[in-house]
Amino acid sequence: MEEYIGYDLVVEEIPERSRVLDLGCGDGTLLFLLQENKGVNGCGVEISEEGVSRCLEKGVYSYQADIDEGLSDYRDNSFDYVILNQTIQNTKRPDLVLKEVLRIGKKVIVSFPNFGYYRIRLFLLFKGRMPVSKLLPYEWYNSPNIHLLTIKDMKRMEKEFSFKILQQQHFSLVGEGKNKIFNFIKKIVCGDPHTNKSKSCKVRIMPNLFAQYGFFVITSKKDTNQ
Amino acid sequence: MTKKESAKKGTVGVVKTEYFTFSYPPDYFILSNGSQIGPVTLAYETYGVLNENRSNAILILHALSGSAHAAGFYSEKDKNTGWWDLYIGPGKAFDTEKYFVICSNVLGGCSGSTGPASINPETGRAYGMDFPMVTIADMVNAQKKLIDHLGIKKLLAVAGGSMGGMQALQWTISYPDMVESCIAIATSASLSAQGIAFNEVGRQAIFNDPHWNNGNYYNSRIPKAGLSLARMIGHITYMSEKHMHEKFGRKFQDSHQGKAGVSSEFMVESYLKYQGIKFVERFDANSYIYITRAIDHFDLKEDFGGSLTAAFENVSANYLVISFTSDWLYPSSNSKEIVRALRVNGKNVNYIDIETDNGHDAFLLPNEILEKNIKNFLKSEFKKSEF
Repeated sequence: MEEYIGYDLVVEEIPERSRVLDLGCGDGTLLFLLQENKGVNGCGVEISEEGVSRCLEKGVYSYQADIDEGLSDYRDNSFDYVILNQTIQNTKRPDLVLKEVLRIGKKVIVSFPNFGYYRIRLFLLFKGRMPVSKLLPYEWYNSPNIHLLTIKDMKRMEKEFSFKILQQQHFSLVGEGKNKIFNFIKKIVCGDPHTNKSKSCKVRIMPNLFAQYGFFVITSKKDTNQ
Repeated sequence: MTKKESAKKGTVGVVKTEYFTFSYPPDYFILSNGSQIGPVTLAYETYGVLNENRSNAILILHALSGSAHAAGFYSEKDKNTGWWDLYIGPGKAFDTEKYFVICSNVLGGCSGSTGPASINPETGRAYGMDFPMVTIADMVNAQKKLIDHLGIKKLLAVAGGSMGGMQALQWTISYPDMVESCIAIATSASLSAQGIAFNEVGRQAIFNDPHWNNGNYYNSRIPKAGLSLARMIGHITYMSEKHMHEKFGRKFQDSHQGKAGVSSEFMVESYLKYQGIKFVERFDANSYIYITRAIDHFDLKEDFGGSLTAAFENVSANYLVISFTSDWLYPSSNSKEIVRALRVNGKNVNYIDIETDNGHDAFLLPNEILEKNIKNFLKSEFKKSEF
């Protein structure tokens, strides 16, 4: 499984000394980077004991829990940022999770594998079965990605979930594969990967088709009206 | 853990219990219910060396049947190590090469601290049931006197399992400025009705022993049968059904004996009886009554108008909360409730629910996950406190 996806973009987005909740924080690397580089006051939620143990090794605070089982006891706007980095597609009820994070976070970062990515579309079109690739490395029957979505899906939710998109930085991972045509396309939509120092390259041309990952910074509309 | 690491682990060696006496009349020690007592003695042991900044002290809090003797042994010939020797010592979770570890016997106890078996200076006889009701907060207030006496302004950590965890939580609430961090294992902000029920059955076993004699037995025969029965009941609650089955199954103690006999004994029976008999040798029945009562009455929620969130509002410690999946006496849900109250208040908290079949007893048994997490937590808390 690809690890540390989009961490550079999250670190770039979050201002110094923010209060941050990282849902699905894994081994705590993202929170550790945020602590080191931005001096954030962070807390992680992780479903596995191993994940929390590895957070503890790094001096990152986290607790073992299932985010589907509730964030309801957090007060409104408890955090400057709530991070859902490669997590929302793993939840049982993304709708309920999204409603909760919009309530407890002033801003929410949502990043996920984009099911609209053209290579996933091609896989399904030509092979006629559920896509398995570097981006989605599981078979349909053992995948933790139980609620896949596209960048467009996320945009369509804006009204119903009454949030406002503050920023979009859809991206692909830097690096070339074997196929020259795919590499060429990536070069066009992302720019030359050799000149790109960070791990993620932002896709500005037709992101729902050409970005491997969606990246949104959103906020509840109810907040902005206040 | 690698072999190299475990090879490095050692023992604190031969240790000696020390005693600190305070609150001499007329400066009595005032208890939560307003009654007063004095003088008060606490038995305690220390392991490791207090550093120059006095910033590496850790207070270990024991559970119902524990004592100040948490690590090491009393003589070279002594085979019985302290109750948490697995976790306290050079290279262990509470690394005595880095930290100064203190463990004191609780007020109301019977292992060197003032309790019902102590002589009441006003009557010249043992307190017995005249001993005042003691709470978890009273135990903590007494320990605070000891920590002051040792010249420690701030503890790096308070740590304990079960009733020890209750004391650790109470420490962070009663003395927020004196505690850097808190390790609360297999504990609860209040004991369940089921837990109180088991404690009561244990107490009834003691009360119904004719030798108990309303607590006046210090100059005659002691209520052995009652206390050992109480201990047997306790032991059942400390183990999970699975652990008990794996340990004893349906095996008979004496395999040559016929299975049909009424007197034939299952292995689990003889284990419990042995635990009961062993306990009577070292524990006072009245202390058992007082300490279980303190556990029953502990209720952080009630102390703060029915809100656990309010209880943790003003704490400043960072927490490590640990529960065990098969612990039904202090189930994981009890720990989760503590974690919830802490994070709603924006406090720093780590929480893990360790998968094990060992039940409530798990914190006293070898467990690598428990060990490494305590170790890592202390390491980062120590680093943070040094800034």
